Amino acid sequence: MTDVSYQHQTHEAEASLGDYFALLKPRVMSLVVFTALVGLLAAPVSVHPVVAFASILFVAIGAGASGALNMWWDADIDAVMKRTVKRPIPAGKVTPDEAKVLGVALSGMSVMMLALSANLLAAALLAFTIFFYAVIYSMWLKRSTPQNIVIGGAAGAFPPVIGWVIATGSMSVEAWLMFALIFMWTPPHFWALALFMKSDYDDAGVPMLTVTHGRKATRLHILVYTVLLVALAVGTAFTAIGGPVYLTVAVILNALFLKGAFDIWRRDETQAEADGYVVEKSFFKLSLLYLFLHFGAILLEAMLPAAWGIWA
Amino acid sequence: MSIKAEHEIHQRRKGRNVGVGLMLVGFVVLVLALTFVKITGGAFELPRLEETQ
Repeated sequence: MTDVSYQHQTHEAEASLGDYFALLKPRVMSLVVFTALVGLLAAPVSVHPVVAFASILFVAIGAGASGALNMWWDADIDAVMKRTVKRPIPAGKVTPDEAKVLGVALSGMSVMMLALSANLLAAALLAFTIFFYAVIYSMWLKRSTPQNIVIGGAAGAFPPVIGWVIATGSMSVEAWLMFALIFMWTPPHFWALALFMKSDYDDAGVPMLTVTHGRKATRLHILVYTVLLVALAVGTAFTAIGGPVYLTVAVILNALFLKGAFDIWRRDETQAEADGYVVEKSFFKLSLLYLFLHFGAILLEAMLPAAWGIWA
Repeated sequence: MSIKAEHEIHQRRKGRNVGVGLMLVGFVVLVLALTFVKITGGAFELPRLEETQ
C-alpha cells in the first residue's frame, strides 16, 4: 500500500460529526420531540423547565438511538432503496458496527438519564419504545408481514405517552388518545408514500402492502384507516385534551384528509402514473401537516386555560 | 495526493473533536442543573440527624 492510497482511503472513511448525527434520524427525532413535548405540556401537572428540557432531550436521544440501530440492521436494504441510499452506512461514511455501538450506548444512556431526570415509568416506556422499534419492527415485522407499518407504528406513537408520564408519573386515557392518534395516522401516511415510491420497496423485497396485496388493496386500506382516524381525531375534541380550537382544526383537517383518501381510493394506477402520483404525493404532504397541526392544537388548548373553562 | 501539513481530514477531525467536547461540556452542565433543581425542589430529602440518633 502506497502513501497515496493510504491517504485516499482514510480520507474516504473518516466520518464527520454530521454523519453520526444523521444516524439518529434527525427528522424523526424532531417529530418525537414535538409530540413528547405536547404530551408533557398537555398533562395537568407542571414540570420544572430544567427537568422538562432534560427529559425531552433524553427521549430524543433514545429515539435517535433506535434510529441508529434501525440503520445498522437495515443497511442492506437501505443500499437498494433510492430514498435511503444516501444514509451514512450505505454511503460508506460510517461502518455498521459504529452505528450499532452508537445505538446501544445512546439507548442505555438515555434510559438511565430519563430515570434520573423524570421517573422509572417514563424510563421503562422509553426502553420499551427503543426495543419495539429496533427489535419488534426493524428486525422482525418489517421484513415478515405487510402489517409492518400498522404494528410498527406503535413505536412512533409512544413519545406523547412518555411526555405525559414524565409530568404525571402515571398513564391516563388522554395519553393513550394521543398514542392512538399517531398509531392510526401512521398506516395511511406510509402507504401513500409506498404508492409513489413503489419500486423502492419492490427492489428491497420489503413486504409492503403494495407488494403483497397490490395497489388497489392499498388504496382501500388507506381509505378505511383514514375513516377510523377521522372518527378518533374528531372525537378527541370532546375529551380533556380537546377543546374549541382543537375541534376547529380537527374538522377542517379531517375533511381535507378524508377527501384525499377518497380521491386515492377512486383512482387506479393508470390515472396515477399519468399525472405522476400527484394526489398520493399531496396526501402524503397533507399527512405531515395533519399530525403537526393536531398536536399543535392540543398544545394550544393546554396553553389556554380559559378554553378549558368554556368547554367544560 | 501530496501530504500537506493541514489536510482537509485534519479539519474534519478537529470539527468532530470540538463537537464531542462541546457535547460533553453541555452534558456536565445539564447534570449539574438537574442536580441543583432536584435538591432545591424538595425531590431529595436528606435524613435528619436527630431522627437517626
